Amino acid sequence: MDWLHSLHPAIQDVLSAIGRAILAIIPIFAPVPVIIWYERRLLSWMQDRIGPNRTGNITFSRTSKMIPGFLKGKKFKLFGLAQSIADGLKLFTKEDIMPDKTDRFLFILAPLIALFVALTLGCTIPFGADTRFTPVADVNVGMLVILAISSLGAYSTVLAGYSSNNKYSLMGGLRASAQLISYELAMGVALAAMVMNSGSLKMTDIVKSQDAPLYGVVSFIPNWNIFTPMGFISAIVFGICMIAETNRPPFDLPEAENELVAGYHTEYSTKRWGLFMMAEYMAMFTFSMIFATVFLGGYHFPIRWEALAPYENNYLVGVLVMLTKGAVGLTIYIWIRATFPRLRYDQLMNLGWKFLLPLAVVNLMITATWIFATKVYGVTAGWMTGLVCYGVLFFVWAIIRHQSKKTQPQFQSRSVNMVNSPRRVIEVIPNKEVAP
Amino acid sequence: MKLTPELIIFVMLAGPAALAAVGVVAFGSAIRSALCLVFNFFLLAFLYFSLSMEMLGISQIVVYSGAIMVLFVFVIMLLNPKLIEERKDLKRPIGLAFGVVLFGVLASQVLPALGLEGPKPLRHEVGTPQMIGEGLFTNYVFPFEVVSILLLVGVVGSVFLAKRRTQ
Repeated sequence: MDWLHSLHPAIQDVLSAIGRAILAIIPIFAPVPVIIWYERRLLSWMQDRIGPNRTGNITFSRTSKMIPGFLKGKKFKLFGLAQSIADGLKLFTKEDIMPDKTDRFLFILAPLIALFVALTLGCTIPFGADTRFTPVADVNVGMLVILAISSLGAYSTVLAGYSSNNKYSLMGGLRASAQLISYELAMGVALAAMVMNSGSLKMTDIVKSQDAPLYGVVSFIPNWNIFTPMGFISAIVFGICMIAETNRPPFDLPEAENELVAGYHTEYSTKRWGLFMMAEYMAMFTFSMIFATVFLGGYHFPIRWEALAPYENNYLVGVLVMLTKGAVGLTIYIWIRATFPRLRYDQLMNLGWKFLLPLAVVNLMITATWIFATKVYGVTAGWMTGLVCYGVLFFVWAIIRHQSKKTQPQFQSRSVNMVNSPRRVIEVIPNKEVAP
Repeated sequence: MKLTPELIIFVMLAGPAALAAVGVVAFGSAIRSALCLVFNFFLLAFLYFSLSMEMLGISQIVVYSGAIMVLFVFVIMLLNPKLIEERKDLKRPIGLAFGVVLFGVLASQVLPALGLEGPKPLRHEVGTPQMIGEGLFTNYVFPFEVVSILLLVGVVGSVFLAKRRTQ
C-alpha cells in the first residue's frame, strides 16, 4: 500500500472519497431485490394471501438417470427469493418500447434523475462510528444536503410526466410536483427543530448528541431525540412527510392506478420502469435510515451497554444496527401501505398545509423557547416551560377544533345521482321445506 | 499558469455552467431553457463549494434548484407555451449593445484578477453555518428582518392581485 501514500495528496483524497462512496452505495443498492421480495411477502401476509413463494424452488426427479444419486427426490426451497431476480431479468431483456411523440432526451433523463437522487441521498449518513469509512462527506451542512437532494427528486417525476406526451402522465407529474413542494416545507421545519436540539447541522454530531443518558437520569437508555416531546412531534411530522416524499401509499397520488393508469410512469416499460422502481425502493430505505439517524440515535444500540458492564464498541455492529433500523422503517412503510387508503387531493393539501406545517412551526417555536429557558434558568425550568407551552398548544388546538365544528357544516357524506339507475328488484326466496 | 487540482475542478464546473447559461437563452422550448437554468444553478452551487462556501452553495440548491425552478417547470407544464416567433425590430440591436456593455463591465473586474500571482489564502470558517448565522442575527439583523417583510409584502400582494382578477 506504499504506492498509495506516494501519490499527490489531492489524488489520495479523491481515491478515498470514491472508496467511501462505493462503501455507502453497496448497503443501499444491494438489498433492493430482497426489499421487493420482503414487501410482496409481508403485504400478502397482511392481506391473507400467499405471495411469491415458489420461484427458485427446485425439485429433482426421483427416477431420471441424469440426476446423481444423492440429489434424487431432493427439494431445494428459496422461499421465492429469486422472484426479484427473475423480474429484473425479464425487465432488462424485454423489448424497449418508447412512444412516438415523446421528448426523447427528457424521457431517458427522468429515471436517471430518480436514480441519482436515490443513490446520493444517503451521502451524509454515518453508518458507523469510524469516520475513515463513513459518511461519504461529513460536511458542516449535512442536514441541508439531504433536504437539497430530496427536493431534486421532484424533477424525475415532473420530467417523466411531461416528456411522455400523455395526459395521464402529465396529471401525475403535476400532482407530484405540487405534493413534493408542499411536504418539503413541513419536513424542513421538523428537521430544523432537531438541528436546534442537537446544536449542529452535521449528521455525525447529531448522532453523537444522542448517546448521553436519557434525561440525564436513566443511565442505560440513550437520549434519542424521539424520547423528547419536541422530538416526538418532529418525528411524527417527518415520518408523514417522508412517506409523501417517496410517493408511497397512502400518498401515491402521482401514480394513482385507479385514476391515472400509472401516473407519471404510464409510458415507461422495461429498464426505465425498473430504474424508477429501484429508485423508489432505495429512497425508501435511505429515508428510513435518515429517520433512524435523526430520531433513533443512528448506529447506537437502544441500550447503553457501557453503563451496565464494561463493553467495547465494535464498528461493524454499528453498521448492522443501522441496517436493522432501516429494515424496521421499511416494515412500517409496508404496514402503512397495507393499512391506509389513498388520500383525496384536497385531503392531501389540507394535511400538508393546515396540519403538518403549522404543527411543525409551533413545535420549532416551542423548541426555541425550551432551549432558551434551559440555557438561562436551568434544566427544570426548561422542562416546565416546554410542557406548559405544549399544554397551551393542545388547549388552543382543542378550542379551534371545537369552534370550527360549530360554525362550519361538515359535508362528510356525498350522494351520487345515477342517470339510469337500475331498478331494484327485491327477490324473495321462499323458504322451501325439504322433504324428509 | 500552473495546472492545479483547484483549476481543473474550476474548469470542469465553470465550463458546463457557462454552456448551460447560453442554453437558457438559446433553446427554443421553454422547458429546455428552464432545465438549463436548473443545471446552471446546480453547477454554481458546486463552484461555491469549491470556494468552501458550503452554506451558500447548499442554500443555492435548496432554494433555487429545489424550490423555485420546480415551480417554474410546474407553470411551464401547466401552460405549455408554444414557440413564439420573434419580430425583427429595434429590440435585437439594443439588447446586443447592452450585452456588450455588461460584458465589458464584468470583464474589467474579472480579467485583471487572472493576472495576479495566486489566490489569497481563504479563511476556512467563512462559509460555515455558524458564521453566517452569527452575521445574520447580530450585525445584519435589521436588513435581514426588512427583507423578510419585503417577501411577506410580495406574497400578500400577489394573492391580492390574483384574487381581484378572478372576481
